Amino acid sequence: MNEQKPNDQYVIELQNISRQFGTQQVLRDISFGVRKGETLVVIGESGCGKSVTMKLIMNLLQPSEGDVLWNGRSISDRNTRELHRDRLRIGYLFQGAALFDSLSVYENVAFGLKQNTKLKKAEIDQIVVERLREVGLSESISQKKPAQLSGGMKKRVGLARALAMTPEVMLYDEPTTGLDPVMTDVINELILQTRASRPVTSIVVTHDMSTVKKVADRIIMLYPLARLKPGEEQIVFEGTSEEAFESSSPRVHQFVYGEAGDRIQEMAEAS
Amino acid sequence: MSSVPTTYPKDTMIHGLGRGVINTICLMGDLFLFGWEMVGWMITRLPPRSNLWACMYHIGIQSIPVILITGGFIGMVLAVQSYDQFKLMHMENQIGAVISISLVEELGPVLAAIMLAGRVGTSMSAELGTMRVTEQIDALRALGADPIHYLVVPRFLSCCLLIPLLTVIADAIGILGGWFFSTQVLGVDSFYYWHYSKNFVFAYDVLGGIFKSFFFGAAISLISCHRGFHCGAGAEGVGKAATEAFVYSFIVIMFLDFLLGVSIVNFYHFMQSVYPGVIR
Repeated sequence: MNEQKPNDQYVIELQNISRQFGTQQVLRDISFGVRKGETLVVIGESGCGKSVTMKLIMNLLQPSEGDVLWNGRSISDRNTRELHRDRLRIGYLFQGAALFDSLSVYENVAFGLKQNTKLKKAEIDQIVVERLREVGLSESISQKKPAQLSGGMKKRVGLARALAMTPEVMLYDEPTTGLDPVMTDVINELILQTRASRPVTSIVVTHDMSTVKKVADRIIMLYPLARLKPGEEQIVFEGTSEEAFESSSPRVHQFVYGEAGDRIQEMAEAS
Repeated sequence: MSSVPTTYPKDTMIHGLGRGVINTICLMGDLFLFGWEMVGWMITRLPPRSNLWACMYHIGIQSIPVILITGGFIGMVLAVQSYDQFKLMHMENQIGAVISISLVEELGPVLAAIMLAGRVGTSMSAELGTMRVTEQIDALRALGADPIHYLVVPRFLSCCLLIPLLTVIADAIGILGGWFFSTQVLGVDSFYYWHYSKNFVFAYDVLGGIFKSFFFGAAISLISCHRGFHCGAGAEGVGKAATEAFVYSFIVIMFLDFLLGVSIVNFYHFMQSVYPGVIR
């Protein structure tokens, strides 16, 4: 677990966030914050709004209501230039890695540096090689296209690309989805390694409990709105991974132990 | 809580019609804002040269075979269709004039644009749509690049510059195709084919066709990129975006062709009345 003592200042904070797509509400009045150096894991069933939360944090989506704060200052108070500059302080590992198909591995990792810095080619080359090595990839793959890589390699290239800009905050959107158990553990180790090697604050969205156990300092659990009664809080749990596994809440227990319960019957009735 | 209503009244035909009108106006407004943002980027910062060359290669060079085939066959079809009528009037030697004028004024620009809306437009919307559903467009934003600047501007510039050039190629190949069929199959004298082509086609006709194709190129790129950026989820969403890109481009090409055709003719008459003989 994280040995850095977290300070009380939130690096990222969500205040009363709601998000609606057309008539479908995905997030309702959720609030939480992440302290500097902390690793917060957001868990919850598919469709509960975990990835939407990440995109709201990154300002790739805007909330219908509420406010997202970076370092104590609202995103909406920033002008375009400030938004652009501050967004580069956040690294994002996308669910499917989101590597640019038309670019090589080298070009993918160097993309942010070429777009936003005036570094010379030799300096960019050095950073790319270092980041690829950091995620356990050799220089030899740098000329390959994303289509020639396995799922695990894509995720690692995506991580190298996010780390190339030396972010202060890392967002991991389901980093281990679709990977075998060994590669899942590799990615978990890389998340820990990233945190150990630099003072980075991390938010990990996952429904993989092995990731939760391994990397979480703190957990929050979101629950799908469709399954909540009006007025109920969407964040149904907040605490450590140990507390989650010992929770007496049936919703938390069902999720962390992966129990179907009466879900099949409920789904049949709903349809 | 949000103010968006969660229940709607039961649909009638009037509701459907109203919704259709509102959606169309919203779409046009959104397209205008999309284009406005793109123009803003075009004025302030041009895209990376490598990106622009890649788009030009895809849109220009790789479209040449399709344009050659389209242009060649249009010319030959025109020869086949016109020959009998001209022969009835003993004017078959003047067939070159009708082929050339039809091609440079109308069929060359329009059919080349439709062909390119199919080849280039659908490809652009499918590519950008796939980038959207695989979160590559979000990744661009996350890495500090503006997707409109990085993806749309080079495609727009390439289409505006190269579709007129491809139209010129289509016109030229069409006239050659018409000449080949007229002289080699229908027995028209080559001298008369070129003689009447030269005497009936003026620079204004050729430039009018190229002028139209510039707008067709702008419309194809803008509509296709817009549809790609607003693509729905999954393979179905990408397919729908590609289809919409072609259908919307086709409708806009037809509308622009009419509008620009009327403007070009009226401008010609206006100039002839003010400065007779200046425009030829």
